[in-house]
Amino acid sequence: MKELSLHILDVAENGIAAGADQIRIAVVEQRQANRLQIRIEDNGSGISMEQVDRVVDPFYTSRTTRRVGMGLSLLDAAARQCGGDMRIQSEPGKGTQVDAQFVYDHIDRAPLGDMAATMTSLILGRPAVDFQYRHRVDGSELALDTREIRQAFEGLPVTDPRVFRYIMQTLRSGEERLRRGGQDQWRK
Amino acid sequence: MAKMSIEELKRIKEETTRETSLRTGTARIKITVHMGTCGIAAGAREVMNALMEEMAPAERADIRVVASGCMGMCSSEPNVTVEAEGEEPIVYQHMNANKMRQVFHRHVLEGEVQTDFALAKI
Repeated sequence: MKELSLHILDVAENGIAAGADQIRIAVVEQRQANRLQIRIEDNGSGISMEQVDRVVDPFYTSRTTRRVGMGLSLLDAAARQCGGDMRIQSEPGKGTQVDAQFVYDHIDRAPLGDMAATMTSLILGRPAVDFQYRHRVDGSELALDTREIRQAFEGLPVTDPRVFRYIMQTLRSGEERLRRGGQDQWRK
Repeated sequence: MAKMSIEELKRIKEETTRETSLRTGTARIKITVHMGTCGIAAGAREVMNALMEEMAPAERADIRVVASGCMGMCSSEPNVTVEAEGEEPIVYQHMNANKMRQVFHRHVLEGEVQTDFALAKI
């Protein structure tokens, strides 16, 4: 994967495949501390302790259609190649939390990439799932919660053209602002 | 762009409810973008975003876009399946943003299957 945001999309899709209807994604960039952290939490079916140990093995998968499972092994490799690591906590029946840490200025760290595209793909491709997204760059933050949007639009689906245009615009301009290092707080 | 206020959102909601009540509201065409690890690595996200960009101005409530997992044909990713009511589903292969725009306009909106990009009929 060329971008960390693609790993995020992939891991979140795993959670949805595991039956999650709530996904929480947090990206925290602390440039002074030279650290980038990613957390993806879902309320899907979860996995057992012994599966957690095996999940970064590309030749292990719980799926039956194919005998290889690449997603988490790729994220683990992306973190380790730049002095970071990945941790998984999971409980059957409750959900899974994936944490990845990266050394911010490591030459082998993949760029975060287009988080707005990742979030629009998730939110609009999976309209039955609620997403809470938070992206912090030093002191600035972009936060988006599809439950709040659903409430504001009084039950209109996120797939309604106007709702999703609003979501696309909010994400794109919010990410742009973060990239420019704007001081505006996006949280109301 | 300035952040929209709740009042604006409510106004949009009212307008939209009026408009959608004029339409049947049921999906007639389903477009599935396959988003397994293989699809994502091959560029499915850009395909999905191009599709969203085309969907927004089209304002068609009868077209539904969904993401799904890997369909088992990883070597031909990104794959997109178009299912129009009463017609055989068409799987497109090796999609990119431009091919997606073409498929959306020619096949989804105008009903002409883009055989050059098609992998199979299901």
